[in-house]
Amino acid sequence: MNSIYFLMDKLLPFEAFSFTFMKNALIALLLLTPLLALFGTMAVNRRMAFFSDALGHSALAGAGIGMLLGFSNLTITLICFGLVWALLINRINRSGGASADTNISVFSSTGIALGLVLLSQNSNFSKYSSLLVGDVLAINANDLTWLLISLLGGLICWALVYNPLLLTAVNPQLAQSRGIKTRIVEDVFVCLVAIAVMLSIRWVGVLLINALLILPAAAGRNVSKTAPQHALFSVIISLLSGIIGLIAAFYLGSSVGAAVVLCAALFYALSLLLRRIMNIAG
Amino acid sequence: MPTKGYEPPHCGLCRIELDHVSVKLDSDQLLRDVNLHVHCGQLTVLIGPNGGGKTTLLRAVLGQIPYGGSITHLDTEDRSFPSLRVGYVPQQLPFDKQMPLTVRDLMAATLSNRPIWTGVGEKTRQAALKTLQLAQAQGLIDKRLGALSGGELQRVLLALALNPAPDLLILDEPVSGVDHNGQALFLDTVNALRSQQHMAILMVSHDWTLVREYADLVALIDKTTLIVGTPKEVFESDAFAAAYPHMHGSGEGLQ
Repeated sequence: MNSIYFLMDKLLPFEAFSFTFMKNALIALLLLTPLLALFGTMAVNRRMAFFSDALGHSALAGAGIGMLLGFSNLTITLICFGLVWALLINRINRSGGASADTNISVFSSTGIALGLVLLSQNSNFSKYSSLLVGDVLAINANDLTWLLISLLGGLICWALVYNPLLLTAVNPQLAQSRGIKTRIVEDVFVCLVAIAVMLSIRWVGVLLINALLILPAAAGRNVSKTAPQHALFSVIISLLSGIIGLIAAFYLGSSVGAAVVLCAALFYALSLLLRRIMNIAG
Repeated sequence: MPTKGYEPPHCGLCRIELDHVSVKLDSDQLLRDVNLHVHCGQLTVLIGPNGGGKTTLLRAVLGQIPYGGSITHLDTEDRSFPSLRVGYVPQQLPFDKQMPLTVRDLMAATLSNRPIWTGVGEKTRQAALKTLQLAQAQGLIDKRLGALSGGELQRVLLALALNPAPDLLILDEPVSGVDHNGQALFLDTVNALRSQQHMAILMVSHDWTLVREYADLVALIDKTTLIVGTPKEVFESDAFAAAYPHMHGSGEGLQ
């Protein structure tokens, strides 16, 4: 770890990064944002922005259940609840009935309400309000190791599941005719998103986690022609947003997550402009 | 209309044999005792009224829904192959036209195990070109999927269905909504596959002109196989006249 810090001192001669917590936060963002952006490319292609939003909100319920069971580390219950929630939304969407956006909205508000009821018992909610905005500045070296492991695990899963998932995203019937088990592929995808979201909640917060998933991928999509370009541009935008947002938050004294998301939103606006210009050029 | 189901004659050709194929959904009998031989090197066209079970039959052959009876793949000496590889070209594929995805990406996702987000290697690109060539679509490799015309998209989907090489190629109204030139190019490509690769092809079509021009065998399906024969035999049959009353009268409108 010390050698990494040393290297960062050499590479980043900014006053902001002379603090260890800033170095840790930067590493955290560099580990977190690219994976979320990669998963986001598929969430955007599959029109699942609202779905992942509901998933993020369900973290409140996951935390509430963890507290109820007396867990000191809430990550396990967050992930378990996220997985259950994600698979349940998929299952109910497939069973027909109400439209997907109605179903997702029901799950979204149920997750929030359940979480608030559990966490606000004995008027204790202020203790958990950090869940809403997150705090990446509180991350330590041990957490970073876990993030690195998660990133590597996430990338391996993403490499394995991507091609069948892409064909399913183009058209499920076409994918099925090629022997792809589209339901399993879809379930694996929402589980991966659920895990990535839940692991990031502590650092980014319930309110903004979905933005890190969707915004870089949506901006990347605007300026991409091919699938590899989409992945590459989304990751670059997410990394730039992370770095610029962190530095801006340091000097403004504001929330890091919010600054990163604002930055990504700026990139999205730029991508819209760029798309118009490229279209005019043919 | 014949009440007794159609029984195909023994032919001794390499074929895909549908024997008393039945499909039930809940209490609805969607298909009953469908008997049909789809021969290698022949284009068999499925016709029949809407709701008559054509799509259901295709889904059964594709293995997407459970069915009764049997579907077997037999060689010239009636030995059955353990597997049946089916290539499928859907009718007017609905997909997100804005998706950043080129023809190359789509082909590569089926040709290579390397995840496409990491890029597409030169070897995979060459393999994609080779497959696209079979469907006369090699010139489209760098186009975005959403920017293709209807006919171009169908040729790309045909190429996709040709890898891995199928024993049976299924085309579900592949040229409906495609302009005239696109139709001719698509069907000429299919024709070449039939004669050069000796492929068994099963196509759903409502375009009688195309059916007359290209089909070796026509099967009229309405819950079951009503009649199977050459286009001329089927169009002049009573079963056809009953299924398509407005077409009746010595095949006028068919010329």
